[in-house]
Amino acid sequence: MSLTTDIDYGTPASTSEKLVTLTIDGMRVSVPEGTSIMRAAMEVGNKIPKLCATDMLDAFGSCRLCLVEIEGRNGTPASCTTPVAEGIVVKTQTERLKQIRKGVMELYISDHPLDCLTCSANGDCELQEMAGVVGLREVRYGYDGENHTKMGKDESNPYFTYEKSKCIVCNRCVRACEEVQGTFALTISGRGFDSRVSPGMDENFLTSECVSCGACVQSCPTATLNEKAMFDIGTPEHAVVTTCAYCGVGCAFKAEMRGDELVRMVPYKDGKANRGHSCVKGRFAYGYASHKDRILKPMIRSSIHEPWKEVSYEEAIQYAASEFKRIQEKYGKRAVGGITSSRCTNEETYLVQKLIRGGFGNNNVDTCARVCHSPTGYGLSQTYGTSAGTQDFDSVEKADVVLIIGANPTDGHPVFGSRLKKRLRGGAKLIVIDPRRTDIVRSPHVEAAYHLALKPGTNVAMVTALAHVIVTEGLVNEAFVRERCDWDDFQEWAAFVADARHSPESVEKYTQVPAEQVRKAARLYATGGNGAIYYGLGVTEHSQGSTTVMAIANLAMATGNIGREGVGVNPLRGQNNVQGSCDMGSFPHELPGYRHISDDATRAAFEAMWGVHLDDEPGLRIPNMFDAAVEGTYKGMYVQGEDILQSDPDTKHVSAGLAALECLVVQDLFLNETANYAHVFLPGCTFLEKDGTFTNAERRIQRVRKVMAPKNGYADWEVTLMLADAMGFKMDYAHPSEIMDEIAALTPAFTGVSYQKLEELGSVQWPCNEKAPTGTPVMHIDGFVRGKGKFMLTEYVPTDERTGPRFPLLLTTGRILSQYNVGAQTRRTANVAWHPEDVLEIHPHDAENRGIRDGDVVKLESRSGATSLKAVISERVAPGVVYTTFHHPVTQANVVTTDFSDWATNCPEYKVTAVQVSPSNGPTPWQEEYEDLSKKSRRIAVEAAE
Amino acid sequence: MSHSTAEKLVYMANQIATAFAQQQHTAAVDATRTHIRKFWDPRMRAKIAEHVAAGGEGLSPVAKEALEGLPPVKAA
Ligand code: SF4
Ligand code: SF4
Ligand code: SF4
Ligand code: FES
Repeated sequence: MSLTTDIDYGTPASTSEKLVTLTIDGMRVSVPEGTSIMRAAMEVGNKIPKLCATDMLDAFGSCRLCLVEIEGRNGTPASCTTPVAEGIVVKTQTERLKQIRKGVMELYISDHPLDCLTCSANGDCELQEMAGVVGLREVRYGYDGENHTKMGKDESNPYFTYEKSKCIVCNRCVRACEEVQGTFALTISGRGFDSRVSPGMDENFLTSECVSCGACVQSCPTATLNEKAMFDIGTPEHAVVTTCAYCGVGCAFKAEMRGDELVRMVPYKDGKANRGHSCVKGRFAYGYASHKDRILKPMIRSSIHEPWKEVSYEEAIQYAASEFKRIQEKYGKRAVGGITSSRCTNEETYLVQKLIRGGFGNNNVDTCARVCHSPTGYGLSQTYGTSAGTQDFDSVEKADVVLIIGANPTDGHPVFGSRLKKRLRGGAKLIVIDPRRTDIVRSPHVEAAYHLALKPGTNVAMVTALAHVIVTEGLVNEAFVRERCDWDDFQEWAAFVADARHSPESVEKYTQVPAEQVRKAARLYATGGNGAIYYGLGVTEHSQGSTTVMAIANLAMATGNIGREGVGVNPLRGQNNVQGSCDMGSFPHELPGYRHISDDATRAAFEAMWGVHLDDEPGLRIPNMFDAAVEGTYKGMYVQGEDILQSDPDTKHVSAGLAALECLVVQDLFLNETANYAHVFLPGCTFLEKDGTFTNAERRIQRVRKVMAPKNGYADWEVTLMLADAMGFKMDYAHPSEIMDEIAALTPAFTGVSYQKLEELGSVQWPCNEKAPTGTPVMHIDGFVRGKGKFMLTEYVPTDERTGPRFPLLLTTGRILSQYNVGAQTRRTANVAWHPEDVLEIHPHDAENRGIRDGDVVKLESRSGATSLKAVISERVAPGVVYTTFHHPVTQANVVTTDFSDWATNCPEYKVTAVQVSPSNGPTPWQEEYEDLSKKSRRIAVEAAE
Repeated sequence: MSHSTAEKLVYMANQIATAFAQQQHTAAVDATRTHIRKFWDPRMRAKIAEHVAAGGEGLSPVAKEALEGLPPVKAA
């Protein structure tokens, strides 16, 4: 259920362009062909009673409450399942209809426990509402019917309850789980009055296939499936539209509030990225915002061996600024820098890079995109001229063949995953290139045509082999290439990929994928209609990450799969604002809008606006910062909203770098792992407590709206302003909208963006400027941003990370649905019910060789370090490959990952590490030492009582 | 890989040169040089320049040639 203020049209909108005109209750209305009578009536404000219909789902026609009469037709058809027709005359309210509806309601009510006054859905219940709407005043069957209250409640899910007795078997939840979420977890069991919804075979919700997306809860018209918060708090009284702060899908939500207490998050139907759906994180996992671990007061200490001391903002900021100034005085201007956050708003990341460039006077600014999608930026700008995905999410609905490379959308980008599955159920074909058998490879009603389970680290060989087949079998779209791409480059590339060394047969020795499979997959992608590529960190986080991105871009150009709906090259971005933080100039070599710092004209524009002189030399990238710190030329750093110690590879090297800093300022919600090495802690605020914008993976800029005051006193952007001021670089903004105005004034792709426009349109996709005043859903329609598309040569170079006798297995890393990134937020919510710890997936064959049983604690070791964690025996991974996640600091999977990185961008090679796995009986020495350090480092001095 | 900065930079420069190795020799040298000029901070460029001046041990021919033509680093 959602707030009554939302209009429910009863059935989904029709996409037909042909209009049909009919008369409803004397009013003429024109609607697209295929629209239901119910929806057409709602268009003229006429709300036909309904129970089993809702506009998120296809019509079902089971409750018989929505009957209408049509002149000249017999009977009383259901308006939800009956489409409009030209010229028909419909009546929605007649004596006969009234009587039938009352009868239907009487039946529903006769076996329903009528405890409305104490019911959690009271005031927000469609059954209750319909009883009123149809004028039900008595129940002829009496109220003594079986009311099923003995059926009990399933409270196993941490966020919602299932109260069987209140189920009216409208099937809305079952359909939501199938149509919207695509999980197929629910069925109807039992017969007649006893039939009820049930998760799986007599299981409870928690142990069933349910992924807790909440779509069923949202669709339930009664209290049967209801948020626990509705029991605890009561119904909300106002709602504010905002954007999820977890993943790069960027779901829009209504934060439903009672006063300044958040009651629940309901996915916003008008959200263009999510279309009214969400996952367990965005909908339910916001409890971290009020978690007791949140640090609400600034703290300082002169050494990381001392306990923290709580101080005023003024004192903390003055201390940080004086330290930065002292360091610059002593070690030079370029001895300090900072890291912007992909979780913070565009406005906040813009300010942090502005502070570093303008206030610190150097370009040592980087962002966590360094360790995820920096190769996307490099690869797509080389080939197409722009650092972003080419499509909107809606585009998947027009795709015929979907090629997924190194991405796990059902876990990493769940709402996009659901939309993709819907299209696959609708008939699109699927090719998956991934070392692991991810859920999308096979799930209810979805099965990949080809799963190319390649050996980690061989992406370039694989994608180049696909190109080989396309070129040598004459599948190139020559007309497209001649018109849109540089023909000379193409010819050089075609000759390159056609060489026998790139054939599927030749590269089989690297990829371990049968050549015939590769050939068939290439043919399908090239000839199956609209081909759309989606890729993730399994592409970028390799020593040849940038090369694979270019190889993918080549493939789309060669087959003409770019520049219209249904096709394209789509990086699935990890964090909520990775796209935005890159757009906002978070990289050390470029100003906002991806313009190189050495470009005099661009620098001049920023210098004029900011009133400072800018350094024209690129700054340090994150891994270079750690190297420089260890070497002694980099001494101070401001880190906003990132936990680099846990998220970055080769933890021991990172910790050595952090320990070498003389001043580390961490701004975060919690004392995260990085803060163990910090000297100044500035409390951060959550997305619920500030205004701003996020930009999702489809370049969509959406508003984040403040629904409560910051618990720590200030929004993050305000804290950055204070620090800048203390550094002697005054920045003056009264509201984040003014920061956006400055961004728009300085950035060509953003000139049309303003908070006012976002109010009017809901969201816009950049480029948004004079040429595209309402934004750009699909890019490169008439030509590439760089002019002609550029084919790049992509030679496979095996990584230097090799298995051998000491480290015979390959470790690859990833993420799971219920946890987010380093887990700082999700670990502090009830989501731990699904993933209490990181585990190591290992193939039965490898486990048996090592005497490892399911559930054993094992030691995972590489040349970088060792950790211990629980083993799970699984055939999802191939023999020779092991897999884990990095959500929990006790495991610290990154102790094991190495410092190899992408040749172009230094994006770390998280996805390939040679390891050994052996039985173990407890934590490794590193884990123990680190645990000890963390405990000591998190001490906060208690003020002596007066 | 060792954590000594010079060795690491040599490794990175070679990686870049290898990525462009399929191009004609001069184009590969130019692309490597431009890449390093564009993305490496001055202290990294100064450090590798020192290494080149000292003989450039471990650098691939393309990387070495690219670095020999790298413009000198200005003081901050
Ligand atoms: S589910 Fe609706 S009708 Fe049933 S008891 Fe609750 S409020 Fe009343
Ligand atoms: S929460 Fe989502 S996955 Fe679980 S039963 Fe409901 S719709 Fe299905
Ligand atoms: S985490 Fe991603 S998919 Fe889930 S609700 Fe948030 S934006 Fe949507
Ligand atoms: S709403 Fe039409 S049959 Fe239920």
